[in-house]
Formats: sequence, structure tokens, C-alpha cells
Amino acid sequence: MGYMKPDERMEGAGPAMPPRASEAQRVTVIRPSRGWRSLDLAELWRYRDLFGMLVERDVKVRYKQTVLGSAWAILQPVMTMVVFTVLFGQFAKMPSDGVPYPIFVYAALLPWLFFANSITTAANSLVGSSNLISKVYFPRLLIPLSSIGASLVDFAIASSVLLVMMVYYGLGWSLNLLLVPFLTLGIIFAALGVGTLLAALNASYRDFRYVVPFGVQLWMFVTPVAYPISVVPEAWRWVIFLNPMTGLIDAMRAAFLGLPLNGSAIVVSLAVSVLLFAIAVAYFERVERGFADVI
Amino acid sequence: MTNHAIRVQGIAKEYDIGSRETGYKTLRESLVEAAAMPWRRLRRLGGHIEPNAKFWALQDVTFDVEQGEVLGIIGRNGAGKSTLLKVLSRITEPTRGEVQLRGRAASLLEVGTGFHPELTGRENIFLNGTILGMSRAEVKRKFDAIVDFAGVEKFLDLPVKRYSSGMYVRLAFSVAANLDPDILILDEVLAVGDLDFQKKCLDRMKGLSNSHSTILFVSHNMGAIQALCDRCVLLDKGRVTMVGPTTEVIARFVDQHRASRQYVRTAPPLAEPTVMAASLDIEAGAADGQAAVAIARIALRAQAKARIGVWLRFKDALGVPFAFAGAGQFDRADLVALAPGDNELELVVPVDGLAIGDYTVNITTIQPGARSIEDLDDCLSFTIQRAPRPGATRVLEQAWGYGSMELPVSRGDVRMIEPLATDGTARASPPAASGAPIAATNS
Repeated sequence: MGYMKPDERMEGAGPAMPPRASEAQRVTVIRPSRGWRSLDLAELWRYRDLFGMLVERDVKVRYKQTVLGSAWAILQPVMTMVVFTVLFGQFAKMPSDGVPYPIFVYAALLPWLFFANSITTAANSLVGSSNLISKVYFPRLLIPLSSIGASLVDFAIASSVLLVMMVYYGLGWSLNLLLVPFLTLGIIFAALGVGTLLAALNASYRDFRYVVPFGVQLWMFVTPVAYPISVVPEAWRWVIFLNPMTGLIDAMRAAFLGLPLNGSAIVVSLAVSVLLFAIAVAYFERVERGFADVI
Repeated sequence: MTNHAIRVQGIAKEYDIGSRETGYKTLRESLVEAAAMPWRRLRRLGGHIEPNAKFWALQDVTFDVEQGEVLGIIGRNGAGKSTLLKVLSRITEPTRGEVQLRGRAASLLEVGTGFHPELTGRENIFLNGTILGMSRAEVKRKFDAIVDFAGVEKFLDLPVKRYSSGMYVRLAFSVAANLDPDILILDEVLAVGDLDFQKKCLDRMKGLSNSHSTILFVSHNMGAIQALCDRCVLLDKGRVTMVGPTTEVIARFVDQHRASRQYVRTAPPLAEPTVMAASLDIEAGAADGQAAVAIARIALRAQAKARIGVWLRFKDALGVPFAFAGAGQFDRADLVALAPGDNELELVVPVDGLAIGDYTVNITTIQPGARSIEDLDDCLSFTIQRAPRPGATRVLEQAWGYGSMELPVSRGDVRMIEPLATDGTARASPPAASGAPIAATNS
């Protein structure tokens, strides 16, 4: 063992420098940019390893820092399910489309909590990374995009409880389950869209720190998590479908539990999610250049 | 084809002073600010220019760096060095101008950016490496070199929160030192770490520059600048005032800030207490020219009876404030009472511990409640020159970069804790935190 000798390179005795012809030709031009600019996909691709490392960091830190570790991922949805079952299922006698209320609410809580946790962490991700942003360059978009990794792992862990419930209640084993990955992708797009937008807004206007938790809570009640869409009067259904999460959460539940699917609602929600994501990325790119100055 | 690695053309950076405030804001402040925001926008659109709301951190900065060259950037605090590095590192965008960087650029504005205390050394090497712009495969390839250079192989699987600060810095620097970029942008990063390691890093960087890398280097340590840099850029108030060989630029830099020793006000006095003149003398101590005290004599004119604070701020030759002395700074009973008319105030400050070199002094006068009346930047200056203490061979010099002031040390006896074992090695004792045996650090 030993250190690399300082003069190793001067002597030419050490390992030769790897050829870097293509790199040496690459000229980076830094100049002020104005207005909207297009997303540099090639650059994002070059930084894919950093994206992976940021996700890995968040996941590792999340499970290292808490005593209960992955138990939290299960406790949060299960406790919420118990409370909802007692309040809405037992006391309020909420209809649940002919499915036992606990599994009815859990199948929706699972994707909802994934969405809610994702946008909350994404919203705080930029401000929480101010030390990185003020010290080193990389595409800032990676920060909100990578922030949902830990929530996704939580989602996967909490899904195991749903599987146990499906076995226990003996329902949900249908071809609908094949839709789950696609719907999850839809929720990821929606979460990234909202999260990225909130992250950018939070960097400029710190009020969003207070707005987000409150907004997430309200949002859950206008999404059919604890109740089926059928309890909403026909005349008002269109309002609840303005919320892109309505279609996604309802479809997720239908996919898990083998309930009838509402095709057009799924398509509209997916389209809205992707649009939301595109708008959020465009806005983020527009304000990105100022982050280091305000953060 | 030119072989300029870096071309900087007419870079300017304007800051909105309002938006530069960082840190914690209360909800109320945020709300008030948010409420004021549309109004401020409207006024701005209407052509209303808020006084002092803008600040040019850089103006018309132009220079080229040849491939393989080591360029130093020097200037006092607030001259725009950090802003320039941030622009070159693409952390912040310039307001005007253009920069061209040829090849892969990496910047190191801080040692250990993105290190996470909960993660192990191994994990942090990968995290930090990718943050600095390496691919995972590249980090893997350089992993052994990084670990060797840092000398932390025994602690690789320990979370870095358990590392000593020395180990932490060595590991962080080692990742950066093995980056091998075409262009390396370095801020004051050598100020950390122990001396041996600093030396090692300097050598390592020299090795880099001798192969192919272009290095841009900011430091307050003139020794490091002198040793490393071929040429230097001198910045002052956001503008380039000189580009040239290192020795000449350093000489100009040190020269420029040698203000006159005396201060005489030429403008008419203010309505408030005013500094009309000031001077500073070093009174030698008893033995062979040893500096003992600095005596500042300040003539103050007051229109009425007044009680004010008079503050002295001491800066070293590079303009870094390092010491403070004042009357009436933290205690109202200490305020200087002035009678109507001309008053003379004498402030005597012991300067025995100061390093050899040039100093400037800033005088600030303060109304009770900490509103400053006058802020006379660099209005006085003095030079410390002295012989070693009896029996000593050297005197601390500013130029060494060890600091500008020697603090008195009182020292206890050396006690032997544990004799050498029979085989001649010292017995290893377990460290408090990790339970792993302590390894001797690099020597």
C-alpha cells in the first residue's frame, strides 16, 4: 500500500491518462438564458448515475435513521386503515361497493399514501439540498425526480399487507392486477409533476412549506379513498373527476380488488398526469437557473 | 485552433439584494413578502427602480486560461472571487457575457459536498464521486486509489459521522483529487485538513497540472498561490484589475491595499459626531523593537453632547478582518462621551501577538442602538516588523498562511501515559466511538 506518488504522472511511469478525445472536443458554453428553455435530455442521461446514487442515498438513509426501519412503511397505512375502518366503516356505515371495508380502504390508501408522501418529500427536496445546489452543478431536476425513491420502496413494502388481506378475504385475484404497474407509473407521473412544481415554488416562496401538508390532507378528502365514487351525487361526479387522482386511485382499487374498471376515467387521469408532469418540468427548467441565488 | 481551456468574455453578474437574503424566514415575514411581491413586480414593470436593490458582483470580467495552466484568482473579501467561481462552475448564471469551457470541468467549492453522515465511507465515495460528475463505473475504477490516498481503508464500512474531522476531510479531498477532469475549479479548499495532507494535495494537483489539467485556484494563502500558479487574475470590486505572472500580481495586490497611515476628513463635518482625523502609531515595547501596542488617536467633532461607540476592525494584508477592538460595543456604560466641539480619543490596543506583515484598520462610529454613523474602510494602516523573541529563531509571518495572530499558550507538563511495550510498539487503545482499533494516520 502507499499513496499515489505525486510525481507519478509527471514521470509518465504511472498509468497513462485514458484517451479523452471526445471529451476534449466538448465545449461547454455558459451564457445567460432567458425565457423558457427546452429540457436537455442528453445531459440528464449523462447524469443517470447520480440519479441512481441519490435514490440509493434516500432509501438507505431512510432505513438507517429510524429505529423501526421498514416497519414504518407498514404502520402508517395499517394504522390509517384501522382508524378509517372504525370511523367510516363501523360508525358511519360507509358503502364500499360490496367489498369488506378494511380491504376496500386499504387498496386505495396504499397508492394514496405513496402519492402523498412523494409530493411531500419532493416539495421539500430542493430546499433540503441547498448545500448541494450552492456548491456543485448538476441538472437540478434530478433532486425532485430522485426524491420519490424512498416512498416507492415504502409502497412496495406496504403492498405486502394488501396481498395478505387479499388472501384472507379471498378476493382480488383477477386479470385486473396486470394493470397495477401501469397505474403505478401514472401515479408516479402525477406525483413527480405535483412534487416538482411544489419543489420549485417552495424554493422561491417558503410559504409552501406550510401549504403542502395542509393541501395534501384536503386533497385526500376530495379523492375517493375512504368512500366509493358511487356516494357522490351524479350531478357532481364531473367535479370529482377534475382531480386526476380520482381516476388513478379508483382504478388502482379496481385493479387490486377485481372491481369493474372505468376505462375513460383512467385514460383521462393518465393524460392529465402526464400533462401535469410536462408543465411542471417546463416551469422547473424556467426557474432552475435562479435557485442558487435564492436558496 | 486555439488551445484555450477556458475563455471568459465580458462576464457580469447582478444580484437582487432583496433575494440574496437566505436562511430562516417566519411565516409572517413570508406572508408580508408574498403580499408585497405583486406590488413590487408592478412597480418594477412601471419602470420604478428601487434604490440599492441591485448589486453588481462581477462586471466585464474577461480572461483566457491556456490548457494545462494553473491560474490563481486573488482579491479581497467581496471582490467577486466566489461569484466568479460559481459562474464558472455553472452554479449560477451570469447576467451578461459568455464562458467557454473545453473538456470536462469539475469544481470543488467545498470539501465533501453531499457527504451524508449516516452513510459509510464506501457509500459516500460513490455518492460524492457521482455528485462531482463521475460515473459509477469510473468511481469503481478509482476506488482503490481514492482509499489509498485518503488512508482510511480500515474505516470504510463505518458511517462517516464516526470519522474524526481529519479523516473526513482526507476522504472528501481524496475523492476530488482523483477526479482527473480537464478543468478543475478550486475554492479555498486547501484551508482545511492537516499540514501534511495539504502538502500531499498540493503535490497531487501539481501532478495533475503537469499532465493535462487546467486548474483555476482561489486562495487567501499567498504561499499556496505562489507555489502553484503560473499566472494570476486580480479582482477588485467585481472587476479584473490585473492579469499577469503570479509574483507581479501578488506584489500589486499587497501594494494596493497599503492605505495611508493617516486619515484626514476633507468633506465638511456631519450633523452627527464626525471623525475629523485619525492616526495610528505602533509603540515599541521595552526589548529590541518588539511591538507592544497600537495607539489610535481619533479626533471627533460633535455638534452637541453625544455618546457613541468607536470600533476598530483589524484586517490583514489580504483584507480579511481578523480582530476587533472597540469602545462601547456591547455595553452602553462603555460609550464614548463627547462634549460639543472637538474631542480627541485615544485607543490603545496590544498587538504583541500579531504576525509580521501589513495591516489595515477600519474605524466605525456607532450611535447607541447599533446604527453606524461612519464606516471608514481601511483608513489607517500599519506594519509589524520585529525580531524573534530571545531564544526563538523565527517570528510568525502573515505570508505563511497560518493566521495573523499568535495566541498565548500556557502549557502543562508532559505526562507519560503508557510506556512502550517490550516489542517496541505503542499499545493501541480503543477509540471512544467506534470500538475499532485506531490506526496511525499517514505520516
